[in-house]
Amino acid sequence: MEPDLDDIELDLFVEALRRRHGHDLSQYARPSLKRRVQGLVRQHGLEHIGELTSRMLRDAAFLPQVIEGLSVPVSEMFRDPFVFAALRTKVFPTLASYPSINIWQAGCAHGEEVYSLAILLEEAGLYDRCQVYATDFSDAALARAREGIFPAREARAASLRYQQAGGSRTLADYYHARYDLVKLDAALCRNVVFANHNLATDGVFCEAHLILCRNVLIYFSNPLQDRTLALFADSLVRGGFLCLGTKENLALASAAINFATVDGPARIFRSVRAT
Amino acid sequence: MELVAIGCSTGGLRALQVLLRGLAPCPGTAFVVVIHTASADADSLCHLFARHAPMPVLEAVERTPARPGVLHVAPPGYHLLIGSDRHFSLTVDPKVCFVRPSVDVLFESAADTYRDRMAAVILTGANDDGARGLRRVRQLGGVALVQDPEEAESSIMPQAALSIAGADYCMALADIANELNRMCLP
Repeated sequence: MEPDLDDIELDLFVEALRRRHGHDLSQYARPSLKRRVQGLVRQHGLEHIGELTSRMLRDAAFLPQVIEGLSVPVSEMFRDPFVFAALRTKVFPTLASYPSINIWQAGCAHGEEVYSLAILLEEAGLYDRCQVYATDFSDAALARAREGIFPAREARAASLRYQQAGGSRTLADYYHARYDLVKLDAALCRNVVFANHNLATDGVFCEAHLILCRNVLIYFSNPLQDRTLALFADSLVRGGFLCLGTKENLALASAAINFATVDGPARIFRSVRAT
Repeated sequence: MELVAIGCSTGGLRALQVLLRGLAPCPGTAFVVVIHTASADADSLCHLFARHAPMPVLEAVERTPARPGVLHVAPPGYHLLIGSDRHFSLTVDPKVCFVRPSVDVLFESAADTYRDRMAAVILTGANDDGARGLRRVRQLGGVALVQDPEEAESSIMPQAALSIAGADYCMALADIANELNRMCLP
């Protein structure tokens, strides 16, 4: 059978990106990576992945666009409201027992979940005790997250999800609408540090009481998923919480042994390390 | 056939019930369904299909293989892909054709792996999702079956598939089931 040329070119692209710019995507889940790279090829009017590789090698200014295209962060405020409701009822009471609370939002994309969580922490009276670290490997995504500007057309559905999550005010209390955009209250970021961190290559980032990393590991290969879970286990205080995406499957990850289930459907776990 | 991938939208629940009732168990073939639904969760879709399908029905779980003799259902809210290792992966990438899961995403990823060992089926639907995926399936040697737009509750999706990809078979649901049985049974 004739080999799939896209597959060969994808291997070469990954190798070129690693050697030229130090970004290692070799441990990303192959099907989604391939689709995203093919998307970049189309977006820039190119014919083949090979052309993308060549341009990326020769044109350093092109790199941020490649990284942004490969991270394509998509979320929405209060996505899966039942998860936020579970955080409020099953995690916040324990967080409240700490004099200061460290939260790591790993892979924060455009910040939808950072703001969602900040709002609920604020309403629970916990926010002023919190230090939130919001990290992503894309600087463009981090810049967007800092701005906190989202399309207004999403605000209506987000308000509904906020209510379903158990929000006690109205979402509009937290943003200003202007034309077709809404800007979230900058005060929600007063305890947030946005920082570049690459889960595929970087190490322990902080000692956290809660780590949120939803729908990020689904883009990783089994070994990188396992490595990242081990990194989270190392980063959590004993009894610290981990919240993953609702469709993530940990059955193949040996590092899952470090976590006990708090809420299965919401994918909320607790660190059970002996140390 | 190693894989039968099915995509549908508006009217798809009813069409699938007819199609599934016409299928034989086909122990050597993995079945995968992407359907656009407003609110249903994967569990209720699986329960519904299990009432009509002659094979076990399971939600497609990331990092697990497409299993022969099983009907896998894409969970709402995620794109479903099949990799070269025949395992599922899920993404929350932007919607394609305004939908997630998208039939195009499933078909395009599966075509690269299964090539002429897959059949792709487009049923009723009110958008053009699936047409580009079906074209890719045909380019790589897979078999394309499209529900007769005359019979479909909403003809847009089969019509788009026919005009963008063409089809090896354009027929009524009952005939699609018979044709799949013929292709999948030893």
